[in-house]
Amino acid sequence: MRQLLRSAWVIARRDFTAVVLSKSFIFFLLGPFFPVLIGLMAGGVGSQVAKDINRPVVAIMMAQADSKALLKAGDTLRTQLGGNDMPRLEVVSDTALNNQDIDRLLVRAASKNGEHGYAAVLSGSLERPRFTATRTDIDRWRGTIGLIVQHAHEGAGTPPVIETRTVEISEGSRATNRLLTAQLGQMLLFLLTMLLAGMVLSNLVEEKTNKVIEILAASAPIDAIFLGKLFAMLGMAFIGISVWFSAGALVIGLSGSSLPAIAAPAVGWPAFLMLGIAYFAMAYLLLGSLFLGIGGMASTVREVQTLSMPVTMAQLLFFFIASLSVSKTGEPIELFAQLFPFSSPFAMLARAATQAALWPHVFALLWQTLWTGLIIHIGASLFRRNVLKSGRARPRGRSVLVRLFTFSRTS
Amino acid sequence: MWFKTSKPPAPDHCELAIDARGLIKNFGDFRAVDGVDLQVRTGSIFGILGPNGAGKTTTLRMLLGIIEPDSGSRRLLDSLNPLDVAQMVGYLPEERGLYPSMKAVEAIAFMGALRGLSLGEGRKRARALMEEHDLGFAADRQIRQLSKGMAQTVQLLGTFVHRPRLIVLDEPFSGLDALNQQKLERLIRAQADAGVTIIFSTHVIAHAERLCEEIAIIAGGKVPFHGAVEAARDRLRPQVRLETRTLDGPWRAALPPGTQPQGHWWHFTLPETGVEPLLRALIEGDAGIQSLSIERPGLHDAFVAIAGEAAAAEMAREQREHSA
Repeated sequence: MRQLLRSAWVIARRDFTAVVLSKSFIFFLLGPFFPVLIGLMAGGVGSQVAKDINRPVVAIMMAQADSKALLKAGDTLRTQLGGNDMPRLEVVSDTALNNQDIDRLLVRAASKNGEHGYAAVLSGSLERPRFTATRTDIDRWRGTIGLIVQHAHEGAGTPPVIETRTVEISEGSRATNRLLTAQLGQMLLFLLTMLLAGMVLSNLVEEKTNKVIEILAASAPIDAIFLGKLFAMLGMAFIGISVWFSAGALVIGLSGSSLPAIAAPAVGWPAFLMLGIAYFAMAYLLLGSLFLGIGGMASTVREVQTLSMPVTMAQLLFFFIASLSVSKTGEPIELFAQLFPFSSPFAMLARAATQAALWPHVFALLWQTLWTGLIIHIGASLFRRNVLKSGRARPRGRSVLVRLFTFSRTS
Repeated sequence: MWFKTSKPPAPDHCELAIDARGLIKNFGDFRAVDGVDLQVRTGSIFGILGPNGAGKTTTLRMLLGIIEPDSGSRRLLDSLNPLDVAQMVGYLPEERGLYPSMKAVEAIAFMGALRGLSLGEGRKRARALMEEHDLGFAADRQIRQLSKGMAQTVQLLGTFVHRPRLIVLDEPFSGLDALNQQKLERLIRAQADAGVTIIFSTHVIAHAERLCEEIAIIAGGKVPFHGAVEAARDRLRPQVRLETRTLDGPWRAALPPGTQPQGHWWHFTLPETGVEPLLRALIEGDAGIQSLSIERPGLHDAFVAIAGEAAAAEMAREQREHSA
């Protein structure tokens, strides 16, 4: 075991320094910024679309007569202006609540009273209306609410001035934003995992081409080579993650509130980041092991591409399943995505963004660790069996099948 | 073909750096190595000779634990698991492998680190070795910037930077020009003088003849000969080249049956009865000896004969199996 770890360390150190000190590492560091930028833009557009489709609900807290007038004005204007441009109005109370009650109403869990939370509260009276919401929602709905109030107030004197009060966030938009955080986290995790698994594979193929692999195999146990390569790339990924987070923090710090706000995940940022790192490690180790096992079987770049294609496609499918499960809380697909080892890290990260409970993550990490160990073992067996294969070639199709499903007798 | 039956005396385990018995390796339906026995004495230079595809590389890989034999056993530096003694072994594979972007000194140090040497010590030794081999100027150059010969020397230095007790070289002379081949021979001798056991494979017989004390000839995955170089040469009878004035006479009865002249020259294997009866017959029969030389066969001839016979036997066996 000591020799295995020592050899793995020597190989990991070489691979790590070779990659980190190479010019291409700069491109690796810069690479993810482009999809993130595109993702943010797409997320912004998606969020806008979501807002357009799921009209927010504005809670009305006014005396009965005022509430009725507002509802009637809302209906009239909705008919005249078209439904999607108007928020839904819902009478919550006929008594004026204090600020604390209003804030509490806005952050109340969306699922408690049905399908939605409240995006804003219109309180006070028709003469002195007060609109409480987030800065974004105030900017978005000030005009429309003003129109509704004016319409409800028609014929009763001077149109009222709407007093506004800003709150940090409302539960309605928080839930939507958390979904966005979950999707963003999943996308980052997936991109990074695929990128690194691809890198570890091309690194191995390069070594097979360089013939360095035989030097390594003569000096160290094959498992040490496998683990060394796998963990070198993981270490490199952590460097990348640190750089990306630091750069992100710096950009956010410098630009202040001008960046679109990302909703805090349900478990909180520190826990979310820790879980993100852990789930990334699991996702990468699972996929990287598979890819290394495949790399061991292939002797040319073309063979690598042919053999890794089904795994890539399958991984894409599992990612889609995990993405789909984000909005399917409590449904079988969510359970499947969280249990299936190759989708579990993605699904659980999304869960961390949307649900506050931490204990399922402990089980999930244990479960994933178990699978990671198993997949590493299978990958190492494939690698050990095939990486230095020589001699007369057998028929191609049979060869690949036999290599895939036969494990080393000498392991 | 007439062979002497000579076998080296079996040495003790502790005298052997390598002791392999009955190694077999199959790749699918193809048996690459078929029951190879090898014993290499500690401190000797041992050659594995064989034509291309004979199973030399597979045998070496099994000895080093890079691949596992399907059956048989091997003991390397008194250990049944070769990787347990990897720190005492140096290996130069047939297909040279170095990281192109690595500096020469780093490549040597890395190979040492793989064998348990600290990187710092490895770098120090690497620089000293490169100076010693007139490559000091290239120590900080990337491998891709070196000539093929220089890169091969770097890899060779990496093979013994950790001061191994056993060095295994797979076709070390291939791809080297005559000058570098000579350098390599000197290097191998220097290591052997320092008490290191060296085993190398080659299909160029001259190197083995100059360097080795013992050899094994591998052909078709089998070992038809294993022993001292002299013993291999002794397996062939001396060759006679004779020029006579006359072409016929009673003296012809002393020549092996079927021997035909080429002009006035006769080429034949020295009869078992020896040189004296032959000479007597030639003189008394008035052959008119113009020239006579009796040459001891070289290792090359012995190799061609032994490997050729093994290959012929293998071919015959395959034909039998095919027709069956």
